[in-house]
Amino acid sequence: MAYDKFTILKSTAYPLAIENVDTDQIIPARFLKATERKGFGDNLFRDWRYNKDGSPKTDFVLNNPKYSGKILIGGRNFGSGSSREHAAWSVYDFGFRCVISSFFADIFKNNCLNVGVLPVQVSEAFAEKIFDAIAADANTEIEVNLEAQKVMLLATGESENFEINGYKKENMLHGFDDIDYLENIKGDIQEFEKSRPF
Amino acid sequence: MSKTIFDKVWDAHVVRKIKDGPDVFFIDRHFIHEVTSPVAFLGLKNRGLSVMYPEKTFATADHNTPTINQHLPVQDPLSANQLNALENNAKEYGISHWGLGDKNNGIVHVVGPEHGITLPGATIVCGDSHTSTHGAFGAIAFGIGTSEVEMVLATQCIMQPKPKKMRINVNGDLGVGVTSKDVALYIISKLTTAGATGYFVEYAGDVFENMSMEGRMTVCNLSIEMGARGGMIAPDEKTFDYIEGRTYSPKGNDWNTAMTYWKTLKTDDDATFDKEYAFEASNIEPMITYGTNPGMGMGISNKIPNVGQIKGGKETYEKALNYMGFDEGQAMQNKAIDFVFLGSCTNGRIEDFRAFASIVKGRKKANNVTAWLVPGSHIVEAKIKEEGILDILTEAGFELRQPGCSACLAMNDDKVPAGKYAVSTSNRNFEGRQGPGSRTLLASPLVAAAAAVTGKVTDPRDLMYS
Repeated sequence: MAYDKFTILKSTAYPLAIENVDTDQIIPARFLKATERKGFGDNLFRDWRYNKDGSPKTDFVLNNPKYSGKILIGGRNFGSGSSREHAAWSVYDFGFRCVISSFFADIFKNNCLNVGVLPVQVSEAFAEKIFDAIAADANTEIEVNLEAQKVMLLATGESENFEINGYKKENMLHGFDDIDYLENIKGDIQEFEKSRPF
Repeated sequence: MSKTIFDKVWDAHVVRKIKDGPDVFFIDRHFIHEVTSPVAFLGLKNRGLSVMYPEKTFATADHNTPTINQHLPVQDPLSANQLNALENNAKEYGISHWGLGDKNNGIVHVVGPEHGITLPGATIVCGDSHTSTHGAFGAIAFGIGTSEVEMVLATQCIMQPKPKKMRINVNGDLGVGVTSKDVALYIISKLTTAGATGYFVEYAGDVFENMSMEGRMTVCNLSIEMGARGGMIAPDEKTFDYIEGRTYSPKGNDWNTAMTYWKTLKTDDDATFDKEYAFEASNIEPMITYGTNPGMGMGISNKIPNVGQIKGGKETYEKALNYMGFDEGQAMQNKAIDFVFLGSCTNGRIEDFRAFASIVKGRKKANNVTAWLVPGSHIVEAKIKEEGILDILTEAGFELRQPGCSACLAMNDDKVPAGKYAVSTSNRNFEGRQGPGSRTLLASPLVAAAAAVTGKVTDPRDLMYS
C-alpha cells in the first residue's frame, strides 16, 4: 500500500485562481536534488510563497491565515509542463489530498493519482462557483466523495459529478498502486516480451 | 479496420486491457537520468523488487551536471549525490550508464537517437516530459512520473489509458530563416499550452516530410508544450538512413526484418482522428515568445497582443506581462537582452549549431550579452569541432561549454539572474525556469544568434540578407 485510502474528504480549501500553473511553479527545479521523497511540502510554490530572503510573501494564498484545509482549488490547465512527480509529492506533503480545477495537464493528473492526491475536474461554471463561495467565506466547506464521484459545496448543497476511471477509483479507495497490479501479472508480461522484435 | 500510425504502434504494445481502466502498456526502451530515478530505485528496494529487463533501460547524467570543468569533482554536494546514486543504481542492477565525462554522455533525448536506441515502432518512456522528442522516428514516446519509472524498472510496463488522436498538417514552403522551432512555436501559439491535452499528435504534411531528422526531433520535442503527451512523424527513407549503422540499431537480417515492419508504419488513408488542424507554411515567420508559457508566442515582427485579444483570463495574462516587464501592444524587435542560451534537448543538436554559426560568422558577440552555447552531447561537441564551427564561434567571441541540460532548467550553476532577459533555444519560458526571476524569450537558433550579435531582439532575416 503506497498511500492513504481516499473515501470522503470534507474540508475547507485554498483558492489559487491562476491559469496554466506549471510544475516549475509548484516545485522549482533547484529543489529536485533530493534522492529521497522528503521535505517537498516546504518548497511547494517556493517562489510564489517566499521572498528571496526566505520570508513569506504575505499576499500569496498559502500564507494567508484565513485559508486552510486539504483541498487546493486551481485555475484552468493546472500542472502543465515538466513531468516531475515532485510536484505531486509537494502538493501531498504540504497536506493536500485533493486538487480541484476545471482542467488538468495530463502528466500531473496521472502523477497525482499515483501518489494519492485526487484530481477532481469540474466544469468552468462549478469552478467559478467554488471560487466565489470561498471569496465570500474563507471557511467554505467542500465535500469530495470518491465513491459517489461527487463534489459538493456543503453550505448550499450545490454539487457536480466528476469522472475517474473505475480502475483508478478502486485503487484510490483502497490505497493500492499500479505496481501491486503489475506485479501480479508478471507472467503475462514475460510472455508478451518474447513477442517483441527489439 | 483503418488505423493511424499511433494506433498501429499503441495496439502492438497492449499486454492487457482493463475494463473501465487503463491499458497495461509494454515499454521497449526506457531512459533514466539522475533527477527522476533515485526515488524509483528506492521504491524498488523498499518493495524488495529487482529490475525485470535491465538491458532495456539506459542511464545518462544530464539534468544536474556542470557544463564547465566536467573533469573535476562536482562541487554541489546534492548534485554529486544524485549523480552517484544514478551510477550506483545502474551498477547494482546491470543497467548501461553514460556518466559525466563518458564520451557517449549527453542529454538523454540527444544521445538516444545518436546511438540508434530510438527506433520506429518502439515505445519509449523516460521521467522527463520531453521524451516526446523520440516520436520523430515514428516511435510512441512520452514522459512519465517517478512512480511509473519504478513500474517500468520492475515490470517493463505502465498503466495508460489510450490518448485521443490529433493530426496537425502543415503544408507549403517555409520562408527563409523559418525553422522547425518556429513551426512548433507557431502551432503552440495557435493551440495554446492546453490545446492538445489528452491527445497524441501526428505531424503530417510536406513541411515535416521535408524536415531533417534534427528538425523533426525539435517539433516532436515541443509536443508537450501544447499539452500533448507526445507527437510522432511517420518514418521514411530519411529516418532509416539516420538509424542505419548506429550502435544499437538492428543489423543484418534483423535490419531487413525491421525495415519490412517499419515501412508499414504510416497512417492508413481512410483512418480518422479525433481532432485535426491544418496550417500554411507561408504564414509562419521566425517566432519569439513574450510571456510565461510557450503558447505566448508570436511572429518576431508582431506586437504583444492587447489583453482584449486574449482568450484566457485577464489576470493571468497581466501577471505574465508584469513578470516579463512588457506592455501590451509593445514590439519585441530591438528589445535589449542580456543572455543567449543555445542548447537543450530542443535545439542542442549539430544542425542548431550550424544555424547559429551561419549568423555569427564574420560578426562579433555583442558586449552586453552573456552567451551559453551548450552542445546536447559529446558527439555533437565533437562534430562542432570537426566541422570547423568552433573556429567560427571562437572568432566571433563565443565559448563552447560542455554537454548537459544546463540553463534550460537551471538545476546547475547556469542560472539567468533575476530580471535579466534571455533569448533561449530551449522549451520553457515559465517564471523562474532559467533561474529565480529570470525572463525567457523562446526562439530558434537563428533568432538566438541574431540576438547574440546585436544585443537585442533582431529578425535573423535582416542579417541573412545583408
